[in-house]
Amino acid sequence: MPNKTPVLGPAQFKLLEKLCNAVAVSGGENEVRTIILDQIKPYVDEIRVDALGNVLAVRKGRGARRMKVLLDAHMDEVGFMLVADEGDGLYRFKTIGGIDTRNLAGKQVLVGKERKPGVIGAKPIHLTTSDERKKPLSEEALRIDLGPESKMKVGERGTFAPNFRRIGPSVMSKSLDNRLGAAILIELLRVPHPNIDVCAAFTVQEEIGLRGAKVAAQYFEPDLAFVIDSTPANDLPMQYESENTFYNTKLGLGPAVYVANASTLDDPRLVRYFEEVAHRAGIPYQIRQPGGGGTNAGRIQRAGLGAPVVSVSVPHRYTHTAMSVARIQDWKNTLALLHVALVQVTPSILKR
Amino acid sequence: MIDILLFLKSLISAPGLSAYEGPVARLIEEEWRPLVDEISASSLGSLQGLKKGHGKTPRPSIMIATHMDAIGLMVTKIDDGFIHLDEVGGIDVRILPGTPVLVHGRQELPGVIAMPPMKTLPEDAREGAIGLRHLLVDTGLLPTQVNKLVRVGDLVSFNTPPVELSSEILSGHSLDNRASVAALTICLEELKNKSHLWDVWAVATAQEEETLGGAATSAFQLNPDLAIAVDVTFAKGPGSDGWETFPLGKGPTLGWGANLHPYLYEKLKGLADKLEIPVSMDITPAHSGTDAYSIQVSREGIPTMVIGIPLRYMHTPVEVISVRDIQRAGRLLAEFISGLEMDFVSKISWEDEDAK
Repeated sequence: MPNKTPVLGPAQFKLLEKLCNAVAVSGGENEVRTIILDQIKPYVDEIRVDALGNVLAVRKGRGARRMKVLLDAHMDEVGFMLVADEGDGLYRFKTIGGIDTRNLAGKQVLVGKERKPGVIGAKPIHLTTSDERKKPLSEEALRIDLGPESKMKVGERGTFAPNFRRIGPSVMSKSLDNRLGAAILIELLRVPHPNIDVCAAFTVQEEIGLRGAKVAAQYFEPDLAFVIDSTPANDLPMQYESENTFYNTKLGLGPAVYVANASTLDDPRLVRYFEEVAHRAGIPYQIRQPGGGGTNAGRIQRAGLGAPVVSVSVPHRYTHTAMSVARIQDWKNTLALLHVALVQVTPSILKR
Repeated sequence: MIDILLFLKSLISAPGLSAYEGPVARLIEEEWRPLVDEISASSLGSLQGLKKGHGKTPRPSIMIATHMDAIGLMVTKIDDGFIHLDEVGGIDVRILPGTPVLVHGRQELPGVIAMPPMKTLPEDAREGAIGLRHLLVDTGLLPTQVNKLVRVGDLVSFNTPPVELSSEILSGHSLDNRASVAALTICLEELKNKSHLWDVWAVATAQEEETLGGAATSAFQLNPDLAIAVDVTFAKGPGSDGWETFPLGKGPTLGWGANLHPYLYEKLKGLADKLEIPVSMDITPAHSGTDAYSIQVSREGIPTMVIGIPLRYMHTPVEVISVRDIQRAGRLLAEFISGLEMDFVSKISWEDEDAK
């Protein structure tokens, strides 16, 4: 008997781990795309991989005059590309996506189609001066070391080495942004939402300019769109006399509903709709603090003829680093909120 | 034959920060016990194995020493479930953000060292490398759980798993100096099948990274006639290609400088050439930065030498070493020991002395 509502059990943890451990840097999403295609095929009526590499799938409803609801989750992650072979297994690299380079030194990485392990080292402390240690190690000064006698073609992509872990109330891993979103979208496709056509877009190149979402929206021409992403939680204690008034989101408070960011004014009707759904269903949620940053929502809102859009994200700490931290409850509640919103959605929510 | 790569992986997966060497000492003891005649711990926690020589008593003795302690961190403060740190041993803070660690509290808690959001830091702390006092460990647990399980003074060790890069190239944390422990183990194993006149004290020393105390007290207790410390040295790598660095995988180094006896240098160099083991001269004009510094001045002074194994990215969680260099160092040590004549010490001389 197929599930009517999405579940979050051992199989989902295993799938999230698999998704997180994939190396799928913007422009080279192959590994994660393979997993997603394999997961969703049994549940969708149409499926295609488009010119940019987006996975676009439709699970149709049953009634007449169904709304087309686009669900977007980007599947790419930040990383780097090898750009020059300096011999002795050492490679220069260029970062892809927004990585604070202060997070690179001393990390294990995985590179290329063969998933070859490497490290980004740093000069021994014994050979540095104290002045030198106050300046960050720049991308130009760092090298990826694949070990002497290793050979790899420049142009290969890589990222931080897989390190998924479930600890107490949390999951910790590289690339929770946005494998959490991808995992949620997969689960949403497994259950029926009979009143609508679910148009799922697992999009590419979000981290380098929201490129995949634009063409996905232009292909589907949806009636409305929900963007499922992972958003930073900056909810750490202040280390000087002040109050943390710019936490963006906080872990454990539930899905973060966007109202506005640098590139988007989320559709007020959809923001209100999500608030109402959450209240009715007793699902905790938080409003992501308005401010900078962005998601695919801005692109989708203004692609083609445009569409009403809202972002709903799972909060996580330490975005775009070797290891992020998210709460399992937030993942679960984001999945639950989106599911109920899809079950209850009708054209009337768009009335002005 | 022990699988040295497997043994080394187990060594670097065991905690053993300076003064808290217990867990790694137990692994070493297990491996050394069948290779030595007696084994015991010193008052500071150094592990001391005696392999008796075949010469007539009273036999001279050589101490081969390698520190087993590792650098790491310590809990200084807990703030809303986030753990503040201080260093044990020298750490370049720039390698810390994003590093997986193990917090040794009432339970072992995996966590990650986090660079906090800039806005939570005082304005003058946001630019450049983030100082150690502003970095935090996040264990993924709730503040109430952390408060119950972690206390100020608890140890925090690196938790980067060992990984093989290219063939016989291993990366991980604490290869400084567990790689040399592996070299000593290879030496002991080779000595099983060789005759040696001298007594051999194999010592895995404590506290090298902070005090050199383990080597100093073991040297005093054992009072050897000769000592050779085995430690890692700087391999050539990104940002490190000066005179003090040596190619990775191209052989161990022999120390040269005030800490080391030049007679021993010449003997080891001659032996290495004879055995066709490639070696480089590792120049440390004053302080060798190893246990040899404290052993040399034990008792009435001990002729001391250092064998170095080149290591990339020393004191980071992703140190890189060549297993072949470890094997070469172990073999050179074993050959040297088995070649020691009973009257070797009386022949030790300075260039300006008449040959005895």
